[in-house]
Amino acid sequence: MSIIVGEKTKLAVSGLTGREGSFHGLRNKAYGTDLVAGVTPGKGGQDVEGVPVFDTIKEAVDEAGANTSMIFVPARFAAAAIDEAIDSGVETVIAITEGIPVLDMLSTYWKAKEKGVRLIGPNCPGVLSPGKANVGIIPAQFFDPGPIGVVSKSGTLTYQIGNELKQAGTGNSSIVGIGGDPIVGSDFIDILKLYEADPETELIVMVGEIGGDAEERAAEFIAAEVSKPVVAYIAGFTAPPGKQMGHAGAIISGSSGTAQAKKDALEAKGVRVGESPTETAAIAAEMLRG
Amino acid sequence: MDLLEYQGKQLFAKHGIAVPSGEVASTVDDAVATAEKIGFPCAIKAQVLIGGRGKAGGIKIAQNVEEARAHADAILGMDIIGPHGEGPFRVDQVWIEGGSEIAAEYYASVILDRGEKKLLAMVSAKGGMDIEAVAAEDPEALVKRHIDPTSEFSAAAARSIVADAGLAEDALDAAAEVLVGLAEVAREEDATLIEVNPLIVTAGRDVVALDSKVTIDGNSLFRHQDLAEIADTVEDPQEQMAKEKGLTYVKLDGNVGILANGAGLCMSTLDVVAQAGGAPANFLDAGGGSKAEAIVNALEVIKSDAKVTAILFNIFGGITRCDEIANGIVTASRQIDLGVPLVVRLDGTNSEEGLRILAEADLPNLHQEKTMLDAARRVVELAGSAS
Repeated sequence: MSIIVGEKTKLAVSGLTGREGSFHGLRNKAYGTDLVAGVTPGKGGQDVEGVPVFDTIKEAVDEAGANTSMIFVPARFAAAAIDEAIDSGVETVIAITEGIPVLDMLSTYWKAKEKGVRLIGPNCPGVLSPGKANVGIIPAQFFDPGPIGVVSKSGTLTYQIGNELKQAGTGNSSIVGIGGDPIVGSDFIDILKLYEADPETELIVMVGEIGGDAEERAAEFIAAEVSKPVVAYIAGFTAPPGKQMGHAGAIISGSSGTAQAKKDALEAKGVRVGESPTETAAIAAEMLRG
Repeated sequence: MDLLEYQGKQLFAKHGIAVPSGEVASTVDDAVATAEKIGFPCAIKAQVLIGGRGKAGGIKIAQNVEEARAHADAILGMDIIGPHGEGPFRVDQVWIEGGSEIAAEYYASVILDRGEKKLLAMVSAKGGMDIEAVAAEDPEALVKRHIDPTSEFSAAAARSIVADAGLAEDALDAAAEVLVGLAEVAREEDATLIEVNPLIVTAGRDVVALDSKVTIDGNSLFRHQDLAEIADTVEDPQEQMAKEKGLTYVKLDGNVGILANGAGLCMSTLDVVAQAGGAPANFLDAGGGSKAEAIVNALEVIKSDAKVTAILFNIFGGITRCDEIANGIVTASRQIDLGVPLVVRLDGTNSEEGLRILAEADLPNLHQEKTMLDAARRVVELAGSAS
């Protein structure tokens, strides 16, 4: 098994006719992902290297059997495209687009919840289940199949750690980039739940960064609900301290949002936190060998 | 993007929230003329993006022309240090507004609660002081209520919040209106934080926002022309240059110039450089899908900081293609004289092609490293010996 994407994924890519959309959509197809459709309003009836293009995601679902939607649409139109995907009948929406206004995501997040659609992203690299399917921009050649589930806020940092795990001779059940935006469809806890239930996943690597309190919340959840070992990495120890404008942020989260606060919260719950991506991968590999 | 107090107040006024009338001035003479026009007493307030202005001496009340001149002269050009040591923030502008007779001071805010994925309204009858301390010492005094994201925020819902916070009975309707207005600012202006402290009741029983702290979502500026113009006024020359070139750049104090792709990898790169004993000169995220031109721009920005004695490129390509980065490095090296060593680590999409391009170009003073940690150690070594 694996989580979110796999052999049963039938992918429709919104934005397949664009430069980045076609580059990565076709790379996903070449990897073995079942790419069944592209979606671009006004370009229905065309094809991209044999992949049929539809005007709407609903048509891609009805006519090509798509169950997963990937959004590669420019930021100002992306929230509407995600909303369209949520209404189309797909099970999973993976939004790669960065720069979507956060308040647009507020309504989109709750729409996905209400319809029971799993939303990953936005501003994320997607999901890779090595050897099975790749939906997004993760360079799959740096990841081998294996027992480690990775969940990360950061794209490039995820590749870095995945690559270190490969060097250490292990691999991944899935790699999930949840995105670093203030509001993302799925957070650490949602993905930790899936890994906990996935029989192929033996250990979980969680990659966080400064801002918000998702890591602190995940620490609580890990202590209460996760039986599998978790290794974490947090980026941003030397990031410049933000100018403190209002005080309301610290009041609601009860956390300063710093890398140190996150590390402390995780370690207090028994989660080992690596100093660098390299050390994090080494700890994970060592714990697996156990 | 954070707004200055007066810019926030202008947004408030646009959405029907009462604020004292005032004007901004950037010279002492203008400040005095404005004060005379507004009348005495008036408040002269430093416009900087940091809290604790009052304690730092950046807010003064003038009773007459002489005081207005003395205060404006003292405040304009002063450097304000934040309560947690931030800054210094140089005062280039003052906001001058009519003095208010204060009968009561409250606190009101609307903020995006990332954890709950909802807007959160907070109100307290204990305004005009450090609200974090109020929240810690007397949590009951701060009423927190989420706003339903799927429906309008009604005056009735707002009234129940301000009533629960224990605001004066005769101010409830007006305070509720303010709270509805703040939620409107959040939704219509893409503000992720709006804080009013104090929200005052005047002697005439009007409810007025005496201060403002507003943060606007930078991703939304394409639909807010007026706010986008404010965003264009950044002070630091390197940050200004980066902004014009569409790069995310934050200047730091060290001498190791850094470019990475993706905010997470860039932060991690700063961390490993610091662990290797180096001092990062900047944070520069070239973004996803960086093209050759972006690399030329990035090198120009990093290079414009005279403190930089060595530069590290840490690239792990996903959407970014390493061949494009390599082409950018080659082009940049031919266009601008770097004059400092460049350590490059390329991995990920099309990295073999990228490495081949760099090898063929055979650039002087370019050092390739295979891993992030080796690259960090190398650049720290080179930066040290170059200074």
